[in-house]
Parts: sequence; structure tokens; C-alpha cells
Amino acid sequence: MTMDPNLDSPRTAVSNPPIQPMKANLGPGDVVRASAMPDLPKPERELTPVAKLIDVSKCIGCKACQSACAEWNDTVPEIGFNAGVYENPHDLTPDMFTLMRFSEFDNPETGNLEWLIRKDGCMHCSDPGCLKACPAPGAIVQYSNGIVDFIHENCIGCGYCITGCPFDIPRVSKVDHKSYKCTLCSDRVAVGQGPACAKACPTQAIVFGTKNDMIEHANMRVEDLKSRGFENAGIYDPEGVGGTHVFYVLHHADQPSLYSNLPENPRISPVVQGWKGVTKTIGLAVIGAAAVGSILHGLLGRANKVSAEEEREAEHLVESNLPAGKEGS
Amino acid sequence: MTNPWTDIKNTDLVIVMGGNAAEAHPCGFKWVTEAKAHRGAKLIVVDPRFTRTASVADYYAPIRPGSDIAFLMAMINWMIQNDKVQWEYVKNFTNAAFIVKDEFGWSDGLFTGYDPEKRDYDKSSWDYVIGDDGFAQVDMTLQNPRCVWNLLKEHVSRYTPELVEQVCGTPKDKFLHIAEMIGECSAPDKVMTSMYALGWTQHAKGSQNIRGMAMLQLVLGNIGVRGGGMNALRGHSNIQGLTDIGLMSNLIPGYLNIPTEAETDWTTYMSSRSFKPLRPGQTSYWQNYPKFMVSFMKAMWGDAARADNDWAYDYLPKLDVPTYDILRMFDLMNEGQITNYFCQGFNPLLSFPNRAKLTAALSKLKLLVVMDPLETETAHFWENHGEYNDVDSASIQTEVIELPTTSFAEDDGSLVNSGRWLQWHWAAGTPPGQARRDTWIMSQIFLRVKKLYQDEGGVFPDPILNLTWDYADENEPTAEELAKELNGKALGDVYDLVDTTKLLAGQGKQLLNFSQLRDDGSTMSACWIYGGCWNEDGNNMARRDNSDPDDTGMFLNWSYAWPLNRRILYNRASADMEGRPWDASRKLMEWNGEKWVGYDIPDISPTAKPSDVGPFIMNAEGASRLFTRGMMRDGPFPTHMEPFESPIANVFNPEMRGNPAARVFASDAEQFATSDEFPFVATSYRLTEHFHYWTKHNRINAALQPEFFVEISEELAAEKGIKKGGMVRVWSKRGEVWARAVVTKRIRPLQCGEKLVHVVGIPLHWGFIGAARKGFGPNSLTPFVGDANVETPEFKAFLVNIEPATGEAVS
Repeated sequence: MTMDPNLDSPRTAVSNPPIQPMKANLGPGDVVRASAMPDLPKPERELTPVAKLIDVSKCIGCKACQSACAEWNDTVPEIGFNAGVYENPHDLTPDMFTLMRFSEFDNPETGNLEWLIRKDGCMHCSDPGCLKACPAPGAIVQYSNGIVDFIHENCIGCGYCITGCPFDIPRVSKVDHKSYKCTLCSDRVAVGQGPACAKACPTQAIVFGTKNDMIEHANMRVEDLKSRGFENAGIYDPEGVGGTHVFYVLHHADQPSLYSNLPENPRISPVVQGWKGVTKTIGLAVIGAAAVGSILHGLLGRANKVSAEEEREAEHLVESNLPAGKEGS
Repeated sequence: MTNPWTDIKNTDLVIVMGGNAAEAHPCGFKWVTEAKAHRGAKLIVVDPRFTRTASVADYYAPIRPGSDIAFLMAMINWMIQNDKVQWEYVKNFTNAAFIVKDEFGWSDGLFTGYDPEKRDYDKSSWDYVIGDDGFAQVDMTLQNPRCVWNLLKEHVSRYTPELVEQVCGTPKDKFLHIAEMIGECSAPDKVMTSMYALGWTQHAKGSQNIRGMAMLQLVLGNIGVRGGGMNALRGHSNIQGLTDIGLMSNLIPGYLNIPTEAETDWTTYMSSRSFKPLRPGQTSYWQNYPKFMVSFMKAMWGDAARADNDWAYDYLPKLDVPTYDILRMFDLMNEGQITNYFCQGFNPLLSFPNRAKLTAALSKLKLLVVMDPLETETAHFWENHGEYNDVDSASIQTEVIELPTTSFAEDDGSLVNSGRWLQWHWAAGTPPGQARRDTWIMSQIFLRVKKLYQDEGGVFPDPILNLTWDYADENEPTAEELAKELNGKALGDVYDLVDTTKLLAGQGKQLLNFSQLRDDGSTMSACWIYGGCWNEDGNNMARRDNSDPDDTGMFLNWSYAWPLNRRILYNRASADMEGRPWDASRKLMEWNGEKWVGYDIPDISPTAKPSDVGPFIMNAEGASRLFTRGMMRDGPFPTHMEPFESPIANVFNPEMRGNPAARVFASDAEQFATSDEFPFVATSYRLTEHFHYWTKHNRINAALQPEFFVEISEELAAEKGIKKGGMVRVWSKRGEVWARAVVTKRIRPLQCGEKLVHVVGIPLHWGFIGAARKGFGPNSLTPFVGDANVETPEFKAFLVNIEPATGEAVS
């Protein structure tokens, strides 16, 4: 299979796609924002924004996505108990980055019962509250394709990301005191594949591709739902966080809270917006400026199958553009 | 399935009733979402519970467990009353016009000929009037009051929407709404598909449930067409293969029959299998039975099967009862009449009814051998696991041997999917530890038994000593060798039957397909329907070309479908009497003036003229059957029968319990409960998170659904003081279980006439071995009775009681 030199994000509109070989990306030059690092250099290129679309109306709640997520990320979710509901685990955990949430809705307008099943997990906000709240330099990064990723080597386990998240997604592990959430399978996307959950989804309720393609696909789905009597069907891609790179098609887009309390109008807490400057300083003080250089090195050198060239670029970045790190060393 | 999974995308309307495709067949269900997304198809779900399938349905209606026949007969009645009938199809492609004997009738819920002592029917009146010409008499105008159509019309006239509401608890308006949706599919260019599974089979009248929908589909003209069909969703990846290959106690591979003890010789056996056409010019393909049977006997015994010894007919076992199904086997075991039991690849302690009886039965064995890739509860039935398996181990003297086997992922071989596709697979891993292939284990047993016969003789050693065992390594036949044997090969030169000089297959060659089988001993084939799977072209099951001209969903070059790589059964019925497709946009086959052409392999002789030969070539009528003559034990039409345990008396005959023709063992009859003591209807089912009793061994599956639970309505929870997530005790006349309570709006009480019926949902998947929490299966509670025709246990409708559990929770 030949490599497409122009492909910078997988063009995957359906689940279980053919592999689309492309040059591995999501290296240092693709980071647009990093937590507590306001002076990050401008990225050298702009990747095509990607998105995962979750079509709630096609979802059968089979949990194949949960299973695939645990398999791919090699987590070991706890074998819990039944609490009288279908959700298992009962909430997102450091070992379960995505969760089917089930709600039973007696629709007063139609008199029909609806079982609204929503795959919960990181929304990959364009304006990520977690990243803004995070005091640990380089613990949370955002790539130019829109993926928000946690760099665990840099995480100090403070949990501010949870406070910052309008969707209550990250979870801090009691074992290693690091914060975990969906990575949008950045390690798969970087090499031209869709996320594991999308690949496993049997009904193509989860689809992945460029954000534009996904919007187009979502619009088609909304049209279909309207033809089936769901007049308020629509897309959930909330403005309050600048839009998201994981977004939903909902039958009742006018009432997102029906779907296990999906926020009506998510925003980053003003508190988080306010303390941002302070925490950055605290973060630096706590860790010690000396560590920053190595942290960023870890961040930039971490991505999957990073080429030697990218490695050199990263070192160059650290040495030339980060006086703080240099001074400390 | 009559149609392949991939064809479901071609439909206009999906009805899921008697199944829960999204939950139990999520991967196949993708074709429903395809049909919805790309054709604008609609999905109807009729189920006692609002299931995961219902969550994506366009329309849902509830139904009381075990009342499906009333619903389906009412649906046929509505179609007839509202002229939603595909008339040309019904007149020509069904037996609507066939005249039935005057003696046949129905009253008080029973057909003519019932003998309550024998619990069986004398079926002699359930047949056509045969004319002097030897053919069944017909009235193509459908005016004769004794023709099948008029008898059907009269039979279903009792089933009104009001009766549905009373018997099924389905609100009349919902029934009528569904009837309108289905009725549209009587148009020749509209099609409905039926997807069903164990929600229909696991009843004492399961076969009749399925007949009911098959008849509705025939009335609508939806059999043999793209996007239509009767689609049985098989619950295991190879359960279709299991039945094909004859792992039923009364079958030989390819749906041939084990002889009965009355059939003492070949001539007698064959005399009832002549399958002479019942109408002029019809195919009646079973006329080839002798070819299939002789070829099977040659596959078994080679040179020892000769014309002069009736093809070794004496070697075959002869049945003294209709079947030795699992229920009978465990009953015999419980009576102390079985000493050794080989349990290969299943876990009866959790998957057959009345666990207490199963445990008692297994405890009476001398030897139990369990062959399985996983540790099973059956193999550990003697271990005490507290509440979960409360046995007195010391009192059990059964010797248990576990032989670890490989799993499907560690073997080469084929799996036959629901759509009859034989799909070859290759081993993906090496077997762990001492696990061996089933073929190796069976070979070792066979070789040792054979040696014992050789060394010591015996009463009748011939079938063992003469068994064909022609494999490169006698210790372990390969999957390839077995597949080739199933396909069949020429033992001598095989010539064309018409042009007798034309050599079709030289001696030793693999046969092209079953059309080359002969009844003179010159061919062998271990399973005639698989003919073509591995011929001289090689392994056709391994084909992986996913090209699909014009997106019909047929994929003729992907794997191999029996019979003859045909993807849609009865596909000649996709065209009218002139051979033109009913729906030009959904063409499957058409008559081009000389032969049948199209996207599939024609299910008829390619040159059979459309006006002459009927599409249902396996039937002696050439037509499909709305009336099944004497072929089913419990009636030529489906008639409403209550479950053996029901809160409601049969509306046609309050004295009638369950299926009057179903076999009931004496000791089990005493264990049927009434609703006085056990007021709630229970039904059992699978969950998407698990696969039967396998995945509880898997950590991730166990995490996704860790603990046994039952589901009840908010109303029943309130009545009994049961809290969401609390422990409950559920008990029947046969046993008890403890479970977490899921209290849900998805199960609602059903108003059936005067009676309010509460339903308790009981998923399976838990036992006392594996990664998941210890729990119970519904089989601790279920009655020991099966379908009258095929003995599938009644797991879907039985009576229980429920209460909040007192004392410590067991988990």
C-alpha cells in the first residue's frame, strides 16, 4: 500500500476503515497548546482537524467501544457490581476512558418510552478547560488536529483538570496519581487509523474523520431523524468550549440534559479562567524550573514512532526557544 | 436464514419479534442500520421488554411472553380482511389453492385427531385430497371452501385485534399501527424482513411461532426476494453448521433422517422417502434422496457399503423413540439409565432446564467426560460453591474427566453463519497447555475402541471395524481432509445422466457439487448440502473476494453458501409468473426466455420455464405451505397455545395446558406451577456484554456486566418493596436464585383482559466459575419441557415469584 504524502489526518468516514498509510504525525511541531507553557512556539504546520461523531440514534449500547478502549489502552477495569442499572463501571475511571450511559425517558409528547444511550468520554474541546486549569507544564497538550492529550510523565495528579472540565471527564488514578481520559487514540490517529472505539462499533454509531466530513455526515443523520419524527434532532458541538472534536447527533438536541445530564451549555468555570495565571506560576515553583526542560523534552519526544528528524527538532526547540529551561540547567 | 445478513440492507421494513438482534447479534445488526440509513427502512420491535433493539426502533409494541401465535395469526387475519395480500404470489407460489380433506377441522384449540392419552394427534385428516391422477387437487380460483386459503381465512378469523389485546396484552392501537406498516409490504415493490431468534424457538410451540411469521411473509410475497425472508439469527458462530452436519439425534448430515426401528431395511426406509411430486411437472428435489443417502453411506463405510448389503444399512442405529434429544438424555440419566456421558462443547448444567434435575442426573453417572476449551460448571457440578452450587460433594461418586480442547481461534476449519455461508478460518494462535483439537481426541477414542473390537471381538463390530478412516495421520484428520470428505468425491468415473458418454468427474476427483452424486455407489459425500465447498477448484470456503456487482449484497465470490453457493433460498419467487422481477429496482433473478439469470444462483433448474415449475423445489407441491399437512406434530396451522406455566387460561380451551402435543415426562408434569402460587411471568435472555457462559471468563466482559441481575417494572418493585440495586430472591416450583434488581421503565405490566401480568426478566451469563461475580442462570427456575417438534426447551415463558432478599446479600 502506498503512502499518501498529502494525508495529514485519516480520512475515515466509517468504522472499520481500510488502513490509510501516512507519515506519522502528532510530533512536537503539531502541538498548538500545552498546559502551563504559555510561550510554546508556534506550530510549524496546521493539521486537518479531526473529529469523532457519536450518533446517539444509531447506538445500541453494546459497549463494544468500552471493550475496545480497554483493550487498546491496555487498562484493567475493575470487576465491580450491579447497582441496579446497565452502566458498568458506574462512572468513568482511570481504567475506563469511555462509558455508555443509559437513561429512560418517557417522552410526554409522544407517550413513548425512549432509552437514550450516550457514550460518555472526553469531548476534545477546542478550548479545553482541563488544559487551562492544569498547572503542570506539558501535562496536557492540544495538537493542531484538535486532539487534547494527557502526557502522563508530566502529570502531577493534582486533579485540577477535573475542575476545569465542563464535562467532568478526567479521573486521577489512586495507583500512580496520574490523570487519565480518552486520548482520541492519538497513537492510532497519528498513523492514519481511527480510534479503537470507532473501529469496534458495529452499527457505525461512532464514526471518525475530518471534522468537516463529520459535520456533513451528521447533517445527513439529522435529516434522517427529522424524517422519522424527531423534529428537534440536531448536532451537539457546543460553542461554549469553542466546539468539540468529539460531538454528538442527538434526537433531542434541544434537551441535551436528557442524555444522562449532558450539559446544556458547557463553559469553562470562570474560577478556572481566573486562576490560570496563578497556577502556572505555582506549578513552575513546585516542580522547579530546572525540570521544565526535561519535561518538555519528554513531551516532545514522546509521540509514537517519532522520526529521528523530529527528535532533533525537539531538542532544538528545547535549547533555542525555552530560556527558562536553559537557565535552570 | 433464507437470506444472507448482507441482504438485510435491501429491506423496507424490519420486524424484530422473537429476538433482540441489536443485543444478541450486534455485528449483524449493522445491516439493519444500513437499511435505515440508506433506504429509509423502518424498524418494528415486538417484545415483552423494551430492548436495546427497541431503543433504535421506529415503533415498539409490548407482548406477553408466549403469546406470539395469537399476534401473528391476527396479523394474517388483518392482511386478509384489508386485502393486503400479494395475490399472484399467494395463488401461484403457495398451497392456497390445494384442497384439504373434509375430515380436517379445528375446535376448542385442537385439530382433528387428538388423543389426550397419547398426547398426540392422528394426523391422517391433515392432508390434501388426492385425485385419481395421483396429484393433489387444486382450485386456482380459491372458491372451493375446502381449499387451504379458505381454511386459513376461517382459522385466523378468530384472531381479532381485540383478542390480541386480551391475550397478548398488546394495546389494540399499537397492533393496528404495526398492521398498517406491515400491510404496505404486500405491494410487489415493498419488502419486509423478519429477524428472529430464541425468543421464538424457546417455547413449547416454538416451531409454530416461526411458522406463523413464515405464513405472514408468504401472504405478503416476501419470501425469495431481496430484502425479505425468514431470518433465523443463530446464536453461536457455527450453530447453523451444527444442524447442517446432523448433530441432532434423529438426523444424518444434510437433513437426512436416522431410521426408526420400524424401518428395518433399506427398502422400507426408502419407501416413505420417494417424494413423488404432488403436482404435474414439479421438481420435488428430495426425489434425489437415495443419491444423497447412498453417498453418505459410502462416505461412512466405503467398500463395506454395497448394493448387495443395502449400503450397510444395518450399521445405522435405529431410533426406538422420535429423538434422543438432551432433555430425554438427562431424563434417562436421572432415571439411572445412562452411566457414561460425553459432554463436548457445551455446558448443560447452565444451559438446560431445571438445574436441580440436571445435578441429580449428573450425580448418577459413573463417568462424565467434558471436552471444552474453558472450565465449565458442568465439569465442576460436584463442587460445593455455597449458595451458587450447594451440593454434597462427598455423596457424589461420578468420575469426571476434563479434556481441554482448542478454541475456534486455535484451529483451521469452517464456520457456517446464519446466512449458510461456509467461511473458512485459519488458526490465529497455538493451543495453550495440554489442549488438543476435538478431532484428535475423538480419533484417539475411536482408534482405541476399534482396537478393543479387533482384539476382543464384540456383538456387532462391523460398523466400527469398517468405518472409513482414510487420513494421512490416523491420529488426527485435518480440517482439509474432513472438508473434502463433506464435499464428496468420485469413487468411480461419474458420467452425465443424459449424455452418458460425457465424463463429469474421473475416479478420485472431488465432485463439482451434489448434482454429481449418484445412488449406484460411484460417489461419496458426507454432507450432500455442502457439495461444492471444496471441489477441484479448491477450497471455495476460503474465497475472500468482496466484489458485489450493482450492490445487491449477494457477494457470490465471498466464501461458499450452501446449497450451490446460493445466497437467497427460493429466489425464483423473486419474479412473477412470466419470470419478470416483482420489483425491477430489486432484481434478483429473471427469465430471459431461455434460462434464469441474475445476481444469484437460481434456486430452480436454470431452464425450468417460469409458468411450468414452482419455486419451492424442495416441496413435492412445488409451492410453499400455508398448511403443512401432517408434517408437524402440533398442527397444520399454528393455533394459540399458552405456555405450560401461564397466568392465563387458553382463551379457546381453558382445560388445555401448554402445547397438547409436547412431550412431558411424568416427573416433570408434577413440577409445573400455577399462577396462584407463582403469579409472575418470567422470561430469559442474553445481554450484549456477554456471550453465553464463555465471556464471564474474560476480565473485560466481566467488568462491563459483572453481576447477575433480574429486571422488573417500577410497578412490581413498588408492589413488592424492591429497591433498585437491592437483592431479590426469585423462585419457581423448581428452584431459586438471588440477584440484584434492575428496576426499569423498559418492562411494564401488561393488561391482558381482566388480568394484570407482571414480567420478570432474567438474563443468563452467570455461574460459579470465571472472572465475573458468582451468580445463577435462569435454568435454575425453568421447566423441563421442550417444543413439540424439536424439543427446544421452554426458556422464554414460565412462572416465578419474587421478594426482596432478607438477610445478607450473597455477593
